[in-house]
Amino acid sequence: MSDLPRTASSGFTLFPRLSGAAIAGIAIAIFLMAFLILPVAQVIYVAFLDARSGAFTLQNFQDFFNTTLFRESFVNSFYVSAMSVVLATIIALPLAYITTRFNFAGTAAIQALGIIPLIMPPFVGAVAMSLLFGRNGSINLLLNQYFGFRIPFMEGLNGVILVQAIHYFPFILINLSASLRNIDRSMEEAAQNLGSHGMRMFRRIVFPLAMPGYLAGAALVFIKVFDDLGTPLLLNVNNMLAPQAYLRITGVGINDPMGYVISFILVAFSVFSLWASFLFMRGKDYATVQKGGGGLSRRDLKPREKWLAWGVILLILAMVLSPHLGLLLLAFGTIWSFSPLPDGFTIQHFGTIFTQSSQYVWNTIIYAGSAALIDVVLGTAIAYIVIRTKLAGRKWLDYMATAALAVPGVVLGIGYLRMFHGIQLPFGLGQMSSFWGIIIVALAVRRLPYALRACMAALQQVSLSLEEAAESLGASRASTIRRIVVPLMTGGILAGFVTSFATAAVELSATIMLVGRSSDAPLAYGIYLYMQSPAGRGPGAALGILAVVIVALGTYLSQRIIERERARQTMTGDQH
Amino acid sequence: MTQTKAGIRIEDLHLSFGATKVLEGIDMVIEPGEFFAFLGPSGSGKSTLLRAIAGFGPTPRGRILIGDRDIATLPPWKRNVGMVFQSYALWPHMSVRRNVAFGLEERRMPAREIAPKVESALETVGLLHLADRMPAQLSGGQQQRVALARTIAIQPQVLLLDEPLSNLDAALRVQMRRELLALQRKLGLTTIFVTHDQEEANTTSDRMAVLDKGVIQQIGTPQQLYDAPANAFVAGFLGTANILKGAMQGADFVTDAGQRLPVSAPVQGAKRIVLRPQNIRIAASGGEIAGKVSHREFLGSQIRYLVETPDGRIIVDTLHSSGYPPYDAGAPVSLSIDSQSAPLLAD
Repeated sequence: MSDLPRTASSGFTLFPRLSGAAIAGIAIAIFLMAFLILPVAQVIYVAFLDARSGAFTLQNFQDFFNTTLFRESFVNSFYVSAMSVVLATIIALPLAYITTRFNFAGTAAIQALGIIPLIMPPFVGAVAMSLLFGRNGSINLLLNQYFGFRIPFMEGLNGVILVQAIHYFPFILINLSASLRNIDRSMEEAAQNLGSHGMRMFRRIVFPLAMPGYLAGAALVFIKVFDDLGTPLLLNVNNMLAPQAYLRITGVGINDPMGYVISFILVAFSVFSLWASFLFMRGKDYATVQKGGGGLSRRDLKPREKWLAWGVILLILAMVLSPHLGLLLLAFGTIWSFSPLPDGFTIQHFGTIFTQSSQYVWNTIIYAGSAALIDVVLGTAIAYIVIRTKLAGRKWLDYMATAALAVPGVVLGIGYLRMFHGIQLPFGLGQMSSFWGIIIVALAVRRLPYALRACMAALQQVSLSLEEAAESLGASRASTIRRIVVPLMTGGILAGFVTSFATAAVELSATIMLVGRSSDAPLAYGIYLYMQSPAGRGPGAALGILAVVIVALGTYLSQRIIERERARQTMTGDQH
Repeated sequence: MTQTKAGIRIEDLHLSFGATKVLEGIDMVIEPGEFFAFLGPSGSGKSTLLRAIAGFGPTPRGRILIGDRDIATLPPWKRNVGMVFQSYALWPHMSVRRNVAFGLEERRMPAREIAPKVESALETVGLLHLADRMPAQLSGGQQQRVALARTIAIQPQVLLLDEPLSNLDAALRVQMRRELLALQRKLGLTTIFVTHDQEEANTTSDRMAVLDKGVIQQIGTPQQLYDAPANAFVAGFLGTANILKGAMQGADFVTDAGQRLPVSAPVQGAKRIVLRPQNIRIAASGGEIAGKVSHREFLGSQIRYLVETPDGRIIVDTLHSSGYPPYDAGAPVSLSIDSQSAPLLAD
C-alpha cells in the first residue's frame, strides 16, 4: 500500500474516501432525519389521510372545524397565547423602561426578576398558583372576608394566562431591554437637535427602534404558550389545542386523526410565527451603538418617581415570587384547604418522596444528563461543520437542528409514538416507542437548537488563526480540533450542556407521551402524577422544589461559566 | 423660520462632569458666516463644548449667545442649531427622505411645503436620486451627506459638525472637506467644526480655537497660530516644531547649549524658541550647529532627519529631489538655522 503512487489514494478509488467531517455530517443528518424530520413529517402526512382507507383527504380538517370542542379549543389557544403576550408585555415594559432610561439602584433586583420565573417550570407553579389565587385560594379568601368580593384570577383560561405570563415575561424583558440598550444616544440627540422631544420623540424614534426586539420576544412567548401542554393540563383546562391532542392520542388511540390534525395546526402556527417574525426582522438589525458610545442617556429619578419605581418592582416581584412561595407552602404544609395558609408545617412530604419516588430523581439525572451530552456532542460537531468546513449541504444540518424550535413537544411525542410503536427492540427492551431511551432522544432533539447556538457562539470566538498556527506547526486536522478547538470552546460547550440539562430536567410535553411505565418516569412526570390528587399535592410540591433547585443550580452554573469565559477573553485582550 | 446669519458669543463658560472639570472659563466670539474649528487632542473638551452649544450633556455655567439670544439653558429642541453627529445618527428605520423631512415635520410644517424643502436639501448634497433608499444601503460618504441634508433642511442659525470626517477613508476625507467648505460658503452658515486633525482645521477653517485640558490655548487664523503660537502646546500641536530652551541676550536668543540665534523681533524674557523643520538646512559642513544623523524618514516630497545636537534632538526637513544622496544614520552633519522670524515663547 505504502508504495502506491500518491494519486491512487486521492483519485480513482471505488469508494470515495470521506473526510471525518463528512462522515460525522452524514451520521448527524441520519439522526436528525430519523428522530426529527421523519416523525414530524409523518404526523403531518397522517393528518391528511383517511383513517380507514389511507387515501389522501381533507376530511379530517373538515371534521376538526365541524366539532364545537375543537373550534373552541382553537379559539382558546389563540386567545390564551395572545393575552399571555399582552399580560407579559404589561409586566415587562415598565421594567425594561426603568432599567434602560434611568439611573436606578434597583437594576439588580430587576435583573433577578428576569431570571426567577425561568427557574420554575410553569406547570409546577400552576397548582401552587391556584392555591394562592384560585376561587378559594388565599388571596380571594382574604378579599372575600374583608371586602366581600373575589377576583377570578384563576378561573378557566385566566389561570393559564396568568401562569404563562408570569413565567414567560422574561423573554420579552430580555429582548426589549437589549434592543433599548442597543440604541445609541445620538439617535435621540439627533431628534432633539431637529426639534423633537418627549412622547413624540419616543413614538417616532425610540419605539420603532426597539420594536424588532420586542416582537422577537413576543413571538417567542406566543409560540411557547400556544404549544404548551403541561400548564393547561395541570390547571385542568382541557379545551385548548395541545391538551386536546394529548387527550385524543392517549384516550382515543394512536390512530385517531384528530390528534394529527391538531399537531399539524400547532406546527403550522409555530412555523408561521417564526417565519413572520423572521420576515419582519430582516434588514432591521437596528443595533446603533457606536464604539465607545453609550446607549440611551439616563437620568436620575426624582424621589417621588423613585418610590413609584420601587412600588412597581415590588408588586411585580411579589407576583413573580408567588408560584415559588405557593410551592414552598404546599411542600412544607400539612393540610391547605379553604384557608389563607396551611394548617401546619411538616417536612414529611420530603420524606415521602425520598422513600417512594427517588427513581424519578435518578431517571431525571440520567435522561437529562444523557440528552445534554448528546446535544453538546452534536452541537459541537454541527457548529464545526457549518463554520469551518466547506461540506456540501452543511447549512442544512443547522436548519434541520434548528427546525426543532418549531416542533411542539406534544407533536414530537405523537410522532415518536406513531413511528416507533410497531418496532420491537432486541435484548428484551420491548417496544421502541415505550423504551426509556426514546425519552432521552426526544429530550436531546428538543434542546438541540439551544445547545447548538451556544456551541456556534463558542466556535465563533475561536480565531481561525489559532487553528492555522497549530496546523502550520504540523498538527493534523483531527489533532487541531482535539487539542486547540475543543479546549477553547469548553466554556461555551459547558454552558450549552448545563442549559440543556436544566431545561430537559423539567420538560413535560414530549415525555408525558413517551413514558412507558412509572418506574421509567422522570421528575416532571412524577410531579404531574402527584398533582392529580389533592393528597399528592404535598409530595408533588416537594418534588417541584427539587426541580426548581436543579434548574436554579443549572442556571447559576451556566451564568458563572459564561461570565468566567467572558472575563478570560477580555483578559487575554482577544481583539476580533 | 427665516435663515439669518448669526454669530456666536460664549462668555465665561464652565462645565464639569461630577467633580471633573471639563471646560474652564471659555470665552470666544464667532463671527456670522465664519467657518470656525475647535482643534485639540482627545479629552481636550472640544466635543463637550460643541455639545454644550447644541444643548447636550450637563448644563454649563456661563452664557452662550446665538445672535443676541442666550441659549445656554434652553432644551436642545428649542435652540435651532443644526448638528451633524460623528456617527451621522441616521435613523435606520426611516428612508433618506423621511430622515431629512423629520425636523420639518417636528416644526409642524404642512406636508406640501416639506416635500420641496426635502428635495432641495438633498439636491444641495447631490443625493436626490437616493431619496428612497434606507440608510443601511448607503456608503459612509453618502450617509454623511444625508446627515448634512437633514440638518440644513431645518435652516438652522448655526451648523455644528462633530468630527465629520473621522469615519471616512483618507481619499474621501480630502474630497469631503472641500465639499463641506464649498457648501458652507454657498449657504453662508456660521459653522463650527470639531476635529483633532490639524490638517483638516488648517485647510478648512477661517479661524480656529485650540483647546487643551478644557482651556482655550489660542484663537486665530491657521496662519497666525502657526507663525505665532501662544505657547509650546500650540506650537507642537500645529505642525512639527523643535522647541529649544534658552534665554534672551540682547537681540539674540541663546540656547542652553550656548548656540546664539539672532531674531528680528526680540521678546524680553522669552525662555523658548520654536524652530520649524523647514527653516533648518542640513549640510555636510558649514552650518552653525554640529550634529549626527540618528534617523531618516522618507516622506515623498521631503526627507526628514532626526539630528542629535548639543541642544537635543532636532528635526530637519529637506525637499527631496532625486540626485541628492541622502545622509545616512550616523553621518556627521552641520545645521544652519534661519531663526530671524522664529516664534519666541515666554513659558
